[in-house]
Formats: sequence, C-alpha cells, structure tokens
Amino acid sequence: MASIALRALRRRIGPLSTSNSRSISTLVVGEHEGGKVKPSCLSAVEAAKSLSKDNSISLLLAGSGSSLREAAAIAASRHPSVSQVLVADSDIFTHPLAEPWAKLIHLIQQRGNYSHVVASSGSFGKNILPRVAALLDVSPITDVVEISDSHLFVRPIYAGNALSTVRYNGAGPCLLTVRSTSFPVAPIFDDSKSNEAPISQVDLSTFSEESIGKSRYVKLASQETERPDLGNARVVVTGGRGLKNAENFKMIEKLAEKLGAAVGATRAAVDAGFVPNDLQVGQTGKIVAPELYMAFGVSGAIQHLAGMKDSKVIVAVNKDADAPIFQVADYGLVGDLFEVIPELLEKLPEKK
Amino acid sequence: MKIMVAIKRVVDYAVKIRVKPDKTGVETQNVKMSMNPFCEIALEEALRIKESGVASEVVAVSMGPAQCVDTLRTGLAMGADRGIHVEATEALYPLSVAKLLRALVEVEKPGLLILGKQAIDDDCNQTGQMVAGLLNWPQGTFASKALDVLVTLAINDEKMEFNLLMPFGLVKVNWQQHRGIHSELQKICSDSVVLDKEKQALTVDREVDGGLETLCLDLPAVITTDLRLNQPRYATLPNIMKAKSKVIKKFTLKDLNVEIKPDFEVVQVTEPPKRKAGVMVSSVDELIDKLKNEAHVI
Repeated sequence: MASIALRALRRRIGPLSTSNSRSISTLVVGEHEGGKVKPSCLSAVEAAKSLSKDNSISLLLAGSGSSLREAAAIAASRHPSVSQVLVADSDIFTHPLAEPWAKLIHLIQQRGNYSHVVASSGSFGKNILPRVAALLDVSPITDVVEISDSHLFVRPIYAGNALSTVRYNGAGPCLLTVRSTSFPVAPIFDDSKSNEAPISQVDLSTFSEESIGKSRYVKLASQETERPDLGNARVVVTGGRGLKNAENFKMIEKLAEKLGAAVGATRAAVDAGFVPNDLQVGQTGKIVAPELYMAFGVSGAIQHLAGMKDSKVIVAVNKDADAPIFQVADYGLVGDLFEVIPELLEKLPEKK
Repeated sequence: MKIMVAIKRVVDYAVKIRVKPDKTGVETQNVKMSMNPFCEIALEEALRIKESGVASEVVAVSMGPAQCVDTLRTGLAMGADRGIHVEATEALYPLSVAKLLRALVEVEKPGLLILGKQAIDDDCNQTGQMVAGLLNWPQGTFASKALDVLVTLAINDEKMEFNLLMPFGLVKVNWQQHRGIHSELQKICSDSVVLDKEKQALTVDREVDGGLETLCLDLPAVITTDLRLNQPRYATLPNIMKAKSKVIKKFTLKDLNVEIKPDFEVVQVTEPPKRKAGVMVSSVDELIDKLKNEAHVI
C-alpha cells in the first residue's frame, strides 16, 4: 500500500523537478507467448531496475484470451521487481501490429506519465518503440547495452566497432530498447511466489477504430525447432560458407544436438540457402552472447563479429589460418571442419 | 503512384572504422563513403516496382552535407528519376530525419515511402518507424524476400497485366469491373495476398524473430528493407552519364519548416573493450581438454 501511495505522490511532484532528479517510473513493454512472459521481456525488466534504485516498474501485457491472463498472473506473482501489471485485453493486440500497439503504449504513457518506457531490442520492440517515440515527439534510444544512470546510456554503433555514450535531455519520456544479452536475468523457480503485484485492466474505451490502423496480419511462417532459442542459448554452434551445402550443414545441427546448443549461421550460409534467415547471427541478424560460441567455416566478417563478439568463450575452426575470426577466438583450431566436426561428435562428452 | 526512397551516405561497409582520439566520434575524413547498403536495397525495390508498371516515378532523397549529392547521383545512376537534397550541416538524428521526410511527403505526395531498415553507422533502426508514426501510415518494417514469388497484378481498365515482382505482391484492382476474376486472382496471388475492395493494398513479408511474418498494408505506406529483399543493380556507364542531367532539387531545414529538437546528445564515442588474445590448439583432443578444464564450458 505504501508503495502505491508513494507512487501517486511521486507522480504529482514529478514534472516539477529537473530532468535528472525527477523520479523514475518505468513502463516495460512486455511480450508473452504460451501463457508466459518471454525471457527477453524479463531482460527489459532487469534493465529497468538498473535505471534507478527507486523505480516503480509497470509491466504492460496485451493480447487476448487465457494465454494473456496466465502470463499476467505469472508476471504479477513471480517477478519481485514488477510493481504493477497492466493488461490490455483485446483482439486488436493478438498480433504484433505496430499501429495499434504504438497507439496503446502512447495512451498508457500519457495516462501514467512514466519517465521511461523500455522494450527489448527484438523485432517486436524495434518495430514498435520508434513509432511510439514519434507519437510522443521524442528521440528513442535503441539497442542499449549499458545503463550508466537514468539518462545516460551506452549503445554500440558501426556494427559494434565503437561504443557511443548518449545522454537523453528531452522533457518528454525516455524511450529505450535494450539488448537482452546485456541484461541477463537471474533464474526464477517456476513455483515460487515472491511478489503480489496488482493486475489492472487498461481502459480501452477511448481506443477508437481509427487507432487500429491500416494494416492486417496475414500469417507467420515459423520454423519449428526443438533446439534452444538462439537469442538465449548457453551454447551456440555456427556454420558459415565453409560448410558448402545444406546437406553438410546437418553436421552442425548434430553437433548442436550433442551440446544442447542453438544453431546459428553467417549471412553467406543463409544466402546460399543452407538454413533459414532467422538463424543469421550478426549486425543485421541476431545478437548473441552465449557462454560458448563455436564457429565452423566462418571467416569472421565485421558484420558477423558484431553479432557474437560478446560471447564468453569463442572457438573457431577454419582451414584458413589468416581468417579474421581467429583474432577474436579464445581457442582456434586450423583444420578441415569436415574432419574436425566428426571427431568432435565422437569425442565430446555426452551432455548431462 | 510515386515512390519516395530515402538514402543515406555512410562510411563504406568494408572500412574498418577508427575512433577519434578525442572521443568525439568516428574518423570520417579521408574515409571511403558509400550509399548505406540497406538504402541501395530500398532504391532497387522502388525501381523494380516502377519497372513492373505499378509506379510512375521514383524520387530519391538524402539529407546532410553537400557531399550527399554524390550519393544521390549514385541513386540517379541506378535509375531514380529525380533527387531531393535537404542540406544540413548539423548532425541529424532519426527524429529530425523523420520530420524532414514527413515534410517532403507533404510536398511530393508519394504513395509509398521506402527506406533501409537501418543505417550501418548509427545502427539506430528508427527512421522508417518514426516517419510512419508521424504520417499515421501503416508500416512494413524489415521487409524480406517472400517464400514464393508473388505476382503483381496491375489491371488497367480491361487489360490485365501480370508482372513478377519480388517480394511483395502489389495489388491494384478495380473491384467492380473485375469481380469475376476474383477467385482467379486469389489463386494466382497465393493465399497470402489479401485483395481489398477498391483500395490499393500491399502485402509484405517481414523478417521477425522466429520466422517470416506476412502483413497486408493499405497504401500509402512505409516499407523498410532487410538485406534479403533483393540484389541491388550496378549503375552502368551510360546511366551514370545520364544521371548527370537529372534534376536534384535543394531544400533547407527552413524551407521545410523543421526544427531540430536537441533532446539527445552524444557524450563520447569509445573503442569497445578488446578481447584478450586467444590460443591456437593443434588437435581436437586439446580443444576438448581446454573447453572442459580451462574454460569450464562443456
């Protein structure tokens, strides 16, 4: 109760103080799937926590049906840093269409007068948050990897070859998308109840037909896979042009299976049709930072390194001893991957 | 329909950039500059749509210092009909660029605005979404190649024209006149193309986490391009010569009545931390041993 009263008070004082000392309240734009909040969304909550010690975090979940209700219940009971869960329940939000979502976030921001709005830098957040920023007439800051204080952020530029520290001076709210690999989430046990945040329904009565926008969702063609998600995997095994064809790429998949790893690919491997696009790691694909990254037949172009060089341990196997990938590898092996991979498959210990 | 394409001049993608010693930014003097690769793809897509007969004109626009004219000339040599240069000496961030684009849209009234999904220098991935928001137009971001080749149908009065167009089917149908061929159209277009009564609509496949999403947008709309949308063409010598006589119109921020909102500043630019040098191993056994006993990752 005290925290709610405090929040109300804070909101009243908020706009009077200067931008750096004003109180912090954050709206985290959540994503959910199958009755659970997505891990990337929890990273966004982690990031919101580091904005300020004294930050009340509201998590927005939108969609419809039982999946939304389950996700909201889990978010409210298991994530101690979430002080409020906002639920926008409408068919309009079933699909991640930018037009209604941006209007929704704009509406909630204006009602709640949040100082910050945070989303994760996935395709969802990148699509929607800049649009919200335009509606609010503020500059968004995308792909944040470090939060120095509530208005000072670090983000990579030039494919991660430079780090830019930026200060947000605007009078309006500060909109961020954060790179989930930079804000790891502590594991949460599935049955623990550590929090009892209120769940409130967003009043959508002022949400007009017009807000729904001029786009329609048609379909999503997704790749069914049993392997871990590339963005969050502990181990990633990647293949490049050196694999030569889609048939050979199966060796990478076998190795990944043995290691319980996700499979990644370079642009060359994707363009050559060895694997689907969504496995691409790099500046324009996924950004990963697993504990172990193993690259086979990958030369190490600037654009690929941008997506994986924050991995803890990098292993490179390439027959070209001068390949740039060896400059970032912790362990390099010059050799023919067609000999090395089968040997690894044979000698690697079974995963626990 | 007119298509407007926004293009940006950036440090060439193959250049290994250097951070300035005073940490104010990245060295751009005496460095090879080129058109942002995603912008090339955007322009290529606009040209293909025009060549399919659906669009009548492609206008390329660029914002920034005088040298942007060189980038615009490259675009004109690829096939754009005219150029617009918004001259600005100050740093332009996506919010300002989006506002300038909105102002230009009001002047030019295009039916489609195509941008790259991100510039490879600031890696922002914002401008297309922001301009769509400002215009209240639908957005199709990270547009990518369709799984199958979709068919573009341009139906002018009685004549039906079929054009192959990657990656999205642009459908322009007079519903009353062609009610009879509705089912035929649907068959041809595959089930992913939604035909909208007497409206122009566009179907776009987007690259999203975990797959490919298909959306149908009403025109006018904003598209931002992913790498896999197409393979941009090279400008041929005759086209480079021809481009010299094409018009590039100049605007200033004042002409377009856009003020730069200073809500954002770059404090410093630094080099990322260097990884410590790795070791080369000589055999698979040694590699497994290191991973197990030194790095403790398997």
